[in-house]
Amino acid sequence: MSTSKSSILYLENVNVSFDGFRALNNLSLTVKPGEMRAIIGPNGAGKTTMMDVITGKTRPDNGRVLFDETVNLTRMDEAEIASLGIGRKFQKPTVFENHTVWDNLLLALKAGRRTWDTLFYSMSAKDKQEIEDILEIIRLGHLRDETSANLSHGQKQWLEIGMLLAQDPKLLLVDEPVAGMTDAETEETARLLRDIAQRHSVVVVEHDMAFVRDLDVQVTVLHEGSAIAEGTLDYVSADERVIEVYLGR
Amino acid sequence: MMTMKFIQGGFDRRAVIFLGLLFLIAAVVSFLNLAMEPGSTFHISSYTVALLGKYLCYALLALSVDLVWGFCGVLSLGHAAFFALGGYAMGMYLMRQIGTRGVYGDPILPDFMVFLNWKELPWFWYGFDQFWFAALMVLAVPGVLAFVFGWFAFRSRVTGVYLSIITQALTFALMLAFFRNDMGFGGNNGLTDFKDILGFDVQADSTRVGLLLASAAALAIGFIICKALVNSKFGKVLIAVRDAESRTRFLGYRPENYKLLVWTLSAMMAGVAGALYVPQVGIINPSEFTPANSIEAVIWVAVGGRGTLVGATIGAVLVNFGKTLFTGILPEFWLFALGGLFIAVTLFLPKGIMGAIDGYMAKRKAGKDSGPAAQPQEGD
Repeated sequence: MSTSKSSILYLENVNVSFDGFRALNNLSLTVKPGEMRAIIGPNGAGKTTMMDVITGKTRPDNGRVLFDETVNLTRMDEAEIASLGIGRKFQKPTVFENHTVWDNLLLALKAGRRTWDTLFYSMSAKDKQEIEDILEIIRLGHLRDETSANLSHGQKQWLEIGMLLAQDPKLLLVDEPVAGMTDAETEETARLLRDIAQRHSVVVVEHDMAFVRDLDVQVTVLHEGSAIAEGTLDYVSADERVIEVYLGR
Repeated sequence: MMTMKFIQGGFDRRAVIFLGLLFLIAAVVSFLNLAMEPGSTFHISSYTVALLGKYLCYALLALSVDLVWGFCGVLSLGHAAFFALGGYAMGMYLMRQIGTRGVYGDPILPDFMVFLNWKELPWFWYGFDQFWFAALMVLAVPGVLAFVFGWFAFRSRVTGVYLSIITQALTFALMLAFFRNDMGFGGNNGLTDFKDILGFDVQADSTRVGLLLASAAALAIGFIICKALVNSKFGKVLIAVRDAESRTRFLGYRPENYKLLVWTLSAMMAGVAGALYVPQVGIINPSEFTPANSIEAVIWVAVGGRGTLVGATIGAVLVNFGKTLFTGILPEFWLFALGGLFIAVTLFLPKGIMGAIDGYMAKRKAGKDSGPAAQPQEGD
């Protein structure tokens, strides 16, 4: 990956308020190309709102959100932003419950998104191979024809990660990927994400400190809509404000 | 080439069975009506032919409702509007065919206009003396209305109950408009007294059989298009939109475009159904726009099985057959029976008749698979 650019995602003084509540307060953040960044923070710190702003679900009141240094995301809608190459995994696993594992991946697979493209789509050998490869990575090959409503919670999370892989985005936003997972599943997910991070830029929002430690990446701490500390997990854990925010005064 | 492949995708096993049965019934009924003497035990009366033709039109309407409701999650409570508009377009053609045979004998103006003392044909009646123009309008009027309506509704992300209520308001508004005499569509009497269609007497047995066959053909074509649509990747996106609309946006799809396409297509199908319905019942009036009609169509789909296509057509035919029986024996109880049926289906067959059959088949198949032949594999 070319690293001549200094940021894949750049947020500057972003503000969002809902009925007077400042969800994001002069938030600034830079993610470098190819970097994996973990975002932590207590409940209500603005993590999900930040994701919403980046993916076009919420428009910021002001501030700049740039993708790839040049593309202004604040004026685009969800579908446009997704087509640029920003993928999002939700906190609650959201897969298409009535579709099989295979069809979920097929829908996510990088291909034309217009009505015309899907009406006359026929699967190429290349597409087929790509889905096979992803099934291998997320280890759901034996469940390919299973309706995804029948998957376990952990399997749904992986399927969703698989759908992100199928989209092949430049930037992945992953919201609490291990919430509700068993220890074994958590470990497996960390492996998956590290694997993905080798070829993509990733932003992970997470509560689980053990998991963040497992990822071993730069951490940004969010509090009341602003970034209050940035660095390795050990570094930010020693920061006085961070301790205050997490432990209360 | 691409279109061929697309259409081929619609021919799964169930579609072939359905089309085969439809063709068989239409052919047998036509034969027994035309070839058998009226006194013969095998003769099927022209009344029955017209009745069956009417059912097939309802089946096409049900199919169009199922396409948007079952596969796209848009619960339309206004599909009767598109049905009636298609019917009016056909009715206008049939009116202009009357010519000098009307009560007042005016070669251009339909009777109701002469009665209202109109001197000239309103501009929107131009062209309806030509069948090709009327046929085009049967598709275009419901299509354009649905497109404009859908464009605004889907773009502003109106969904669920709100959308259903707006569709209901749409058909109600049209009903009020068509009831007015000065709209130029015959007011509350509507359009009737038709003489012939494409030169054939609408009352003749052979014309009735022809209309029955045309209805069967329209239903078959509509069915194949729907089936090909839902079996394609497009159909998978539709179901994804139905189940998790915002998720599809984050994958880069624009749900509003997908909805708009099926919504418009569905309205055009309903229009064709209405157009074939009118010559078979001999009248079109504003009561076809009543909200209750749209709701009834939704009930047919619910009874037959939402999201199954075949089920929608079965539901339409069965419920209307029941209606014919009931209104003959106990007319005042029909609405109670319909309401009771809807409650019973919701409680005991939540997926409708077709859904229940599917469930039974899946269970039987699962039962077979876990039989002694299929032992759990080691080391899987």
